[in-house]
Amino acid sequence: MVTAELPIASQPLVTFDTSPERYRHWRLSVDGRVATLTLDVDEDGGIRPGYALKLNSYDLGVDIEFHDALQRIRFEHPGVACVVITSAKDRMFCAGANIYMLGASTHAWKVNFCKFTNETRNGMEDSSRNDGLRFVAALNGTTAGGGYEIALACDEIVMVDDRSSAVSLPEVPLLGVLPGTGGLTRVVDKRKVRRDIADLFCTNPDGVRAERAKSWNLVDHIAPPAQFAALVAERAQALCTSSPRPAVERGIELRPLERVIDAAGYHYRHVDVRFDHLRRLVTLVVRAPREAQPQGVEGIVAAGDAWWPLALARELDDALLLLRTNEAQLGLLVIRTEGDPEAVLAADQTLLRHRDHWLVRETIGMLRRTFARIDVTSRSAYAIVDANSCFAGLLYELALAADRSYMLDLTDGDENAPEIALDEFNFGLLPMVNGRSRLETHFLGTPTAVAALSAEAGRRYRAAEALAQGLITLAPDDLDWEDELRMAFEERTALSPDALTAMEANLRFAGSETLEAKVFGRLSAWQNWVFIRPNATGERGALNVFGTGSRPQFDWKRV
Amino acid sequence: MDINYSERIPNNVDLASDRTLQRALEHWQPGFLNWWKDLGPSDFQANDVYLRTATSVDAKGWATYGFVRMPEYRWGIFLADRDPDRRIGFGDHLGSPVWQQVPGEYRSTLRRLIVTQGDTEPASVEQQRLLGHTAPSIYDLRNLFQVNVEEGRHLWAMVYLLHAYFGRDGREEAEELLERHSGDNNKPRILTTFNEPISDWLSFYMFTYFTDRDGKFQLKSLAESSFDPLSRTCQFMLTEEAHHMFVGDTGIARVTKRTLEVMKELGTDDPEAIRHAGAIDLPTLQKYLNFWFTASLDLFGVETSSNAASYFATGLKGRPDEWKFEDHAAVNQVFALESPGESGSVKSEEIPMRNAMNEVTRAEYVKDCEVGVARWNRLIQKHGYDFRLALPSTRFHRKIGVWAGIATDEHGHIISREEYDAKQGQWLPTQSDRAYVASLMQNVTEPGKIAAWIAPPDRGINNQPVDYEYVRLK
Repeated sequence: MVTAELPIASQPLVTFDTSPERYRHWRLSVDGRVATLTLDVDEDGGIRPGYALKLNSYDLGVDIEFHDALQRIRFEHPGVACVVITSAKDRMFCAGANIYMLGASTHAWKVNFCKFTNETRNGMEDSSRNDGLRFVAALNGTTAGGGYEIALACDEIVMVDDRSSAVSLPEVPLLGVLPGTGGLTRVVDKRKVRRDIADLFCTNPDGVRAERAKSWNLVDHIAPPAQFAALVAERAQALCTSSPRPAVERGIELRPLERVIDAAGYHYRHVDVRFDHLRRLVTLVVRAPREAQPQGVEGIVAAGDAWWPLALARELDDALLLLRTNEAQLGLLVIRTEGDPEAVLAADQTLLRHRDHWLVRETIGMLRRTFARIDVTSRSAYAIVDANSCFAGLLYELALAADRSYMLDLTDGDENAPEIALDEFNFGLLPMVNGRSRLETHFLGTPTAVAALSAEAGRRYRAAEALAQGLITLAPDDLDWEDELRMAFEERTALSPDALTAMEANLRFAGSETLEAKVFGRLSAWQNWVFIRPNATGERGALNVFGTGSRPQFDWKRV
Repeated sequence: MDINYSERIPNNVDLASDRTLQRALEHWQPGFLNWWKDLGPSDFQANDVYLRTATSVDAKGWATYGFVRMPEYRWGIFLADRDPDRRIGFGDHLGSPVWQQVPGEYRSTLRRLIVTQGDTEPASVEQQRLLGHTAPSIYDLRNLFQVNVEEGRHLWAMVYLLHAYFGRDGREEAEELLERHSGDNNKPRILTTFNEPISDWLSFYMFTYFTDRDGKFQLKSLAESSFDPLSRTCQFMLTEEAHHMFVGDTGIARVTKRTLEVMKELGTDDPEAIRHAGAIDLPTLQKYLNFWFTASLDLFGVETSSNAASYFATGLKGRPDEWKFEDHAAVNQVFALESPGESGSVKSEEIPMRNAMNEVTRAEYVKDCEVGVARWNRLIQKHGYDFRLALPSTRFHRKIGVWAGIATDEHGHIISREEYDAKQGQWLPTQSDRAYVASLMQNVTEPGKIAAWIAPPDRGINNQPVDYEYVRLK
C-alpha cells in the first residue's frame, strides 16, 4: 500500500551544532551585565555553496550561530541582563537574508529557514517578556529587510544618524516577496506604526533615514556617529536597570550533545528519534528521568546540562530541528513517552520549587520555546499513550501539542493501564505562541473544564476517565490497539501533505491571536504563498531576476 | 460469557480463538436477535421451518437441511477458501499481492462500501416481513424464510468484516445497521429502493429476480476487491444469492405458467377474462417487470461516477468477472455514453472508462436479466401464444442518472410529457393493477395446496415432495 519514495541522500545532513569558538559570523563578548553580539558575516561562509554573504547578509548558518549565541547568553552568562546586537561592518548593520541564497533555495528550504529565524526572534521577545533578558539593537549603518527584522525583535532600537544610513523593508518593491521574519507584523503590532505610514515604508526600497525613522517610531533613539556608542551604552545600562535578572557570576557550560545519528534515527540520552521511511512516519520517544534527580539548587547547578529537564529540552530541541531540516518526507510524528510518570511529576515539583532560580527559570524557558516548535511543526503529530508511557505534567504537554492522542484502554484494575496526570506545567507555565496554555487552547469552548482540572491537579486519569474528561482523543482497548494505530497512521500519511499542514496550522491555534501567532499564522502563510507564485519564483520572477539587471515579469492579475 | 462459538456460530474464521471478534459479537448478537424478533418475519418465529444452513464452505457443508425455528437459526460466518497467491486484478495496484488487512488509506472508503452493501441485507428482510401472511403455498412460505435467514446471514458476513477489520468504528457501524429501518422516515435504510415495502408476492418474485440480481452484481464486483477478506466473503455469499434469484425466476415462471393455463382453459387472452378467473394477465406481468427492472437499474448508480472511478483505480471494487475484460487498468479507454440531447434527440459522448464502471456493470446486469425473460418467453411460445415479455429500455422510468425524469416510452424513445402521462398506465402498474394483485394475496397453509394465480413448483426442496410440510404451522 505504502509507496513511499525513499529519501535521496543527495543533501548533506544539516546540524545545528556550534559553539562560540567556532563562530564564523558572530562575536560574543560579555562585560558585566551587558553582552554584545557583533555580526561580522564571513562572505565565503555560506552553509551551502553558490552564494556570497555580502553586506552582512545572512543564511541559515549565520542564524544557527545567532541562536547558539542566545543560548550561551541564557545559560553560560546568566548575569547578563541586556544584549546589544550590532555589526562590525562599517556603516552597514545588516542587509537581511541573502537574496541569492533565497533565489537558489527550494521552497522547503526557504520555508524552514524562515521558520527557524522567526522562532529565534520570537525567542528573544520570549526571554525579555518572561525572563527579563533585554535586547538593544545598535544600528550602526544600513539596516535592510531581515536586518531590520532583527532590530524589531529587540526591546529598543538605537540608530546612527549619519544622514545617509537608512532602515528599510525593501522586500516588496525589490524582491516581490514579504519581510517575512516578523517585519510587517512587528511594524504595526509591536511598534504600532500607523497603517498608512507602514504602507509608505514597506513599499519604499530606499527606506528612511534616522530622523524620519524616529518620527515614524521605526526606531527609538538616534544619535550622530560620534555619540552613537555612548547612547547605545546608556540604553543598555538603562535596560539592565529595568531587568529583574539577578546578578549571577557563573553559569553552566552547554557541552556538545551526546548524540548518535545513524540510518535508523537520532539517538540521545532522553530522546530517541526512529525513522520509518517506508511508512513515512517518525517516532519520537521521550524518556522520564531514570536516575535520582537533584532536589536542591546546588545539585541542579552541579548537574548543569546533565540535569534531566535541561538535557531533555536540549535534546528535544535538537531532534526537532534536525528532523525539520533533514527529514521532510516523514509526514507523521508519532510521539511516545517511556518511563515512570511519578519520576516526571517529581522532577516537575523540583522545577516548581526552585522556579525563581536562574537556571530553573531558564530551563523552563527553553522547554517553553522547544514545545512551541512542536506547535508549528509542518508534520502531523499523534501522541501514543501506551502501557510504558509517562504523559504526566511536563510530558503531558507533548500529548496536548499533538493533533490527536490515542490512549490504551486496559480494563480497570490492570496494573499496566497507563495513566495521565496534570500539574502546574499544564496550567500556564508553558504557553503556546498564542499566549495561552495548551490546555486552555484545547478547552477553548469549555473554560470551566480547565478550572475543574486545575482544582484536581495531581489526580491520575486512566483511559476511560481521560476520554470522558477530554484529555485524550481516542481510547482503543488492547484488542483494537495495534490495528487501530496501524490504520490511523496509514490513513494520515495517505492524505495530501500540503492540505494537512495547512489544516493543522488552522486547527492548532484556536482563539485570539498574539503577535507571534500572527507571525506564524498570517505572515508566514502569506509569505509561503508568495514564495510559490511565479511573480516571485518563476523564471522571470522578482526573486530570480534580482541583481541581473532584468526587470521581473509579473502576471498582473490580483489574486 | 462462555459460549461454544463453533457450535452456536458455524464459521471458518477461527472465531473460537479470536477475542476481538468474540467481544464484538457478544455485544452485537443479542441486538441482532432482538432486531430479528422485532423486524424479521412477522409471526412464524415459533414454527419449525425446513431450512438450509451453511456449516462449512465445501460442497457437503454449505447446504445442510433440517427443521429449525428461525430465531435459533445458526447464522454463520464463512469466507471462501483463501488463495495464497491471489493478486490484485485491476486498477492502479494491478499485479500486487492482495491485502489481508485494511490499508489505512482506504479505511473509510472500504467501510462505506461494506456498510452500503450490508445495509441492503436486513433492509430486504424488513421489506418482506409481512409476506408470510399471504403466502400462496407452504413451499413458497419456506422459500421466503430461506431468503430471509440468508439475507440475515449476509448481514452477518458484512458485520464480520466490520468487526474483524475496522475496530471501534466498525463496531459502531454494525450497531447502526440494526438501527436504521426500512421505511422509517427518521432513520431510513441507505438506498431508497430498500425503503419501499414489498406487499405482494408478485413483487416479491420480481424483487428476488431483479433486485437481488443487482445484489449479485454488486457482490461479483466486490468479489474482485483487493481487500481479500471482502473478496472471499462475497464469493461465498454469491452461492447463496443464487437461490434467491432462483425463487424469483421460478416464481415468475410459475405465475406465467398459471396464466397460460387459464388462457388455454378460457380460450382467450383478454385480460379482463383472465383476471375474472383469478390469474394475472400477461400485460400486468409485463408492467410489474417494467417497474422492478427499472427500479433495480437505478441501484447501480449514475453513469459517470467519480466514486466508481476511484473504487476501480484503488482496487476496492472491480467489474463483475474482471477476468473477462482485456484491459484491467482501463486507463486510456473511453466509453460511449448516450444521453438526452437537444429537443428530443439522443447524443453520444465519450467518457473515461473508469468513470463508466457503473454503466459497464449495469450492461452486464441487463444481459443477465435477459436469460430469464427468454426462458419465460419459451414457456409462452410452447403454449402457442404470440405475446412476448421484454425488458424495457434502460432509459425508461429512471430516477437517477442522465435519463432521470426524461419522458420516454418503453423502447427508450423520447416522448412528450403529456404522452408519457397519458400512456404511463400501459407501461407501469396502476393503482387498480396493484389493487387487483393485492386482492389475489390469500394465505394458503395446507401442504400441497396452491393459490389460484400461480402454478405449483416442478419439484420440491432438497428432493422432498412438493406437498412436503416445509413449515410446521401447527
